[in-house]
Amino acid sequence: MSVPIIARSRRTGATLGVALALSAILAALAEPVQPSLGETAPADLFATGLYTDPAARSVDPRHLVFSPQYPLWTDGAAKRRWMSLPPGTQIDASDPDRWAFPAGTRFWKEFAFDGHPVETRYMEHLGEGRWVFATYEWSADGRQAPLAPERGRADAWPLSDGRTHAIPGRTDCRVCHGSGPAPVLGFSALQLSPDRDPGAPHAEPLPLDAVDLAVLVERGLIANASAGPAPRIPAADPMERAALGYLHANCGHCHNDRGALADLGFDLAHGLKDGSAAARTTSFGVALKDPPAGLPDGVELRIAPGDPAASALLYRAGSRDRLLQMPPLGTALVDEEAIALLARWVAQQPRAGKPAPQTEGEIR
Amino acid sequence: MMFLRAVATMFLGLSFILVVALSSTGLLAQEADPVARGEYLVNTSGCHDCHTPWGMGPNGPEPDMSRALSGHPADLQVGPPPDLSEEWVWAGNPTNTAYVGPWGVSFTANLTPDPETGVLRDMSESQFIDTIRNGRHMGQGRPILPPMPWPAYRNMTDEDLSAIYGYLQQIDPIPNAVPEPLPPGQ
Repeated sequence: MSVPIIARSRRTGATLGVALALSAILAALAEPVQPSLGETAPADLFATGLYTDPAARSVDPRHLVFSPQYPLWTDGAAKRRWMSLPPGTQIDASDPDRWAFPAGTRFWKEFAFDGHPVETRYMEHLGEGRWVFATYEWSADGRQAPLAPERGRADAWPLSDGRTHAIPGRTDCRVCHGSGPAPVLGFSALQLSPDRDPGAPHAEPLPLDAVDLAVLVERGLIANASAGPAPRIPAADPMERAALGYLHANCGHCHNDRGALADLGFDLAHGLKDGSAAARTTSFGVALKDPPAGLPDGVELRIAPGDPAASALLYRAGSRDRLLQMPPLGTALVDEEAIALLARWVAQQPRAGKPAPQTEGEIR
Repeated sequence: MMFLRAVATMFLGLSFILVVALSSTGLLAQEADPVARGEYLVNTSGCHDCHTPWGMGPNGPEPDMSRALSGHPADLQVGPPPDLSEEWVWAGNPTNTAYVGPWGVSFTANLTPDPETGVLRDMSESQFIDTIRNGRHMGQGRPILPPMPWPAYRNMTDEDLSAIYGYLQQIDPIPNAVPEPLPPGQ
């Protein structure tokens, strides 16, 4: 039987359409399933735009050099830091504890031991809160800096006591940078305050070409910055100021009131917004909920005022046992200078008559 | 013309077979019900092998499902670990919930939603996913110890890990305070 040519074409087209649709479904079902392990990073440090001349390691002069007043302890590594804002953009400082950075913002931090660069860490804001985290490991001759393995690199540089510096894995970056109110940790109103703390452990001399909060405001790189005196941690004396600053920079990125561990009620971050003494109120006399194995008998409080030997914070910060140590990653050596400072600060606190009845989780 | 009809029939037939296959294996049901998906994953990924205490039954060693996923029994004291060598570097106890090796002694966690002793009691879904992704307690604390095979599970999708978390939230809670791990030499 003869079929009109138009009807035949329609039938053929419909059949092909069904076939294509089914093929697409089958193809989709055959797609490999990938876990969410983070955003893709440039394969090489030199592709991130840090240098104008990679061979000479000449940093792009348009990048801003900065130095936080309370540096993070990384086994004594010497650090250099830069950041870059896209032209014509500003940082929104409406929330002084959570600056909002425009898409395209980049940060670099170089870690060197014994004069040799070992790794450079990189952050890039893709927009809408999505950040790339990457670490680049330097070759021994300093000529290459490819992306470090996804799980990091153990034994990247020898330290003292047979210990070694380890380059963190990609997911390790998020442990610190994803646990607080803001993913950027060392570039904040408090950290860049012109009123720098001369007593901060491992305080770095401000590089001549470095920017601070005042310079950022002057250059119009910050919007909605609060007027008033330069940010400063209120404290009873210089020792307490330094101790609270150290806790803010080295512990507060996880132990704060806005991150994933907020329910612990253990806040060592100094918030400019509320300016509270949370580090004291959430630790002095507060009992541990789940004491880890390895703490000496009698160590039951986060901080026992007047008694460093009975303060869990000092034991954990002073340990590099992998089950006890704090911070739990990023360092292989105890920061002895900081431990001594914290011990003096705890020792000068008036002893309580008896432990407060609070336990972890009860404080908000 | 006949060829095209045959192709169309073949694709329709294949799609019918695919739908029947997916339905018969429960994959469509799992897609629609994350808890069902979570149960399937927990039962097929070996979670009961270590997080449910084992005992000797009529068929040999088998998990005690009356204590399903409740971890190392708190009332079960483990004695001093055996002497290990370079050839035999780790060992497990009869309930398959305690292990000794170069890392010290580890005990499997209570995965049930017991509000006092369950390891997930203070852990959000996001923290659970981070825990499996990076092998750290609460997603940011101490390392999770061997033999927990998180390096394999970290390759699961967010959806699958979320389904496991959802399933574990609604199983029967079993009070059981699992001891903290012991460092080497204790």
